[in-house]
Amino acid sequence: MSTTFEHPTYNYKVVRQFAIMTVVWGIIGMGLGVFIAAQLVWPELNFGLPWTSFGRLRPLHTNAVIFAFGGSALIATSYYVVQRTCQTRLISDGLAAFTFWGWQAVIVLAVITLPMGYTTSKEYAELEWPIDILITLVWVAYAIVFLGTIKQRKTSHIYVANWFYAAFILTVAVLHIVNSAEVPVGFMKSYSAYAGAIDAMAQWWYGHNAVGFLLTAGFLGMMYYFVPKQAERPIYSYRLSIVHFWALITTYMWAGAHHLHYTALPDWAQSLGMIMSIILLAPSWGGMINGMMTLSGAWHKLRTDPTLRFLVVALSFYGMSTFEGPMMAVKTVNALSHYTDWTIGHVHSGALGWVAMITIGSMYHLIPRLFGGQAMYSEKLIAVHFWLATIGTVLYITAMWVNGIMQGLMWRAVNADGTLMYTFVEALEASHPGYVVRWLGGCFFVAGMLLMAFNVYMTVKRSEREQAPVAQTA
Amino acid sequence: MDIGTFRGITTLLIMIAFLGVVFWAYSKRRKKDFDEASRLPFADENDEAISRDRSGTQEKTPSRHDEGDKNS
Repeated sequence: MSTTFEHPTYNYKVVRQFAIMTVVWGIIGMGLGVFIAAQLVWPELNFGLPWTSFGRLRPLHTNAVIFAFGGSALIATSYYVVQRTCQTRLISDGLAAFTFWGWQAVIVLAVITLPMGYTTSKEYAELEWPIDILITLVWVAYAIVFLGTIKQRKTSHIYVANWFYAAFILTVAVLHIVNSAEVPVGFMKSYSAYAGAIDAMAQWWYGHNAVGFLLTAGFLGMMYYFVPKQAERPIYSYRLSIVHFWALITTYMWAGAHHLHYTALPDWAQSLGMIMSIILLAPSWGGMINGMMTLSGAWHKLRTDPTLRFLVVALSFYGMSTFEGPMMAVKTVNALSHYTDWTIGHVHSGALGWVAMITIGSMYHLIPRLFGGQAMYSEKLIAVHFWLATIGTVLYITAMWVNGIMQGLMWRAVNADGTLMYTFVEALEASHPGYVVRWLGGCFFVAGMLLMAFNVYMTVKRSEREQAPVAQTA
Repeated sequence: MDIGTFRGITTLLIMIAFLGVVFWAYSKRRKKDFDEASRLPFADENDEAISRDRSGTQEKTPSRHDEGDKNS
């Protein structure tokens, strides 16, 4: 890439690298998702090979979308936001470059080891111990770069987005280290340091806070910068953002037990998880309202600005899934929804509707600026992408709602004599149409991502062309 | 101390902490600081080439706080 894009103060190189990889990993991770969704419709797509079986590719899909796509997006935007709101360059270019290459190495190792069957079997923490150590090193470097940059800021305040990013970075460090505590028994094989119900609780304390801090707090940091930027007005209430921050981070920590309702986990811990999950509705909606109301008086911009539309619809899906989540954490609702496709639907209304859409919106704001321009190559393509993404998400989540509730009802239905009314296979057969619709929704979403890749490619090409003659005369 | 009293005290302490954050965030004394902080995303816009609506960066412009945020 040409050096003519270099900013006099800021390190945009590492931001550009992470931003481009966000799009690349987005397509790979979501493409994998579509492929395994197709496997559930047409099981022959397993190809009868161990490396392409659903059980091995599913963790690769989740790792690719959460840590490769989401992680790259978070690191890209956090480096950009922290530099611009602290008005200073990243504390170390070398360390920042290490976080980029280190993080990409982690992902490549995941792509290699997961299909080979190496796994700790802990959901969202499947990578084996040597990779866990590399993750720790990269993450500590990331924390040093981010917090060190805040420390040498030229502004007196630390903007609220940086608070959310900092909480995300610190918490993920703690979560990863505690949950990945394991005893290696060989190269690429280890056992968890915990046993039984405690292992389960440590796992879901990690799992839910990965959602709460990586997929929520981090992306809220994104929201607090890019929504005001794109709407060209400051956040609705800065004071609400402070209450939002403290309430959200103190409550999220305790909600993980709702993943273990009606298990060997002690009843009091289950109830605590349920209550804390219900309380979470308040800070979640506080944040959503703060983002939404930032547009008050500027709603007309939605008509003309598809990037802003991405950001606002992301907030709507955030509001919807943070209502759905507390509801599903109620034990009686959970008795119906747990282990069904409803859970997968809920995750994707958050993952596609909130995480992916806020990322896509932020990238459409960020990428042209990183390459010395003001706007993407084609605004029309952004608008088309918006509709593809929205239709894809809606198809996905409605299919999973229908499937999930149907499965829950079929599994619990009993005859007068107490025997089960349906076999498992009957519920599976009834789920088939929903799986087709889910696959279709995924296709829509990935098609949108491919348009994005084209748009990004053309934006980069255009700036390179525009910058070239300047470089010659200079 | 029995477990019920302990839980009661914990609840009370957390309530105090929460109200503390709320009162701190919404105190009049902090308003100026927070208004300043909320404009940080727009503070370095001069390096973006085109001239854009800079209403967010000036002190006395009709920001949304004048219409929407009646909390002060």
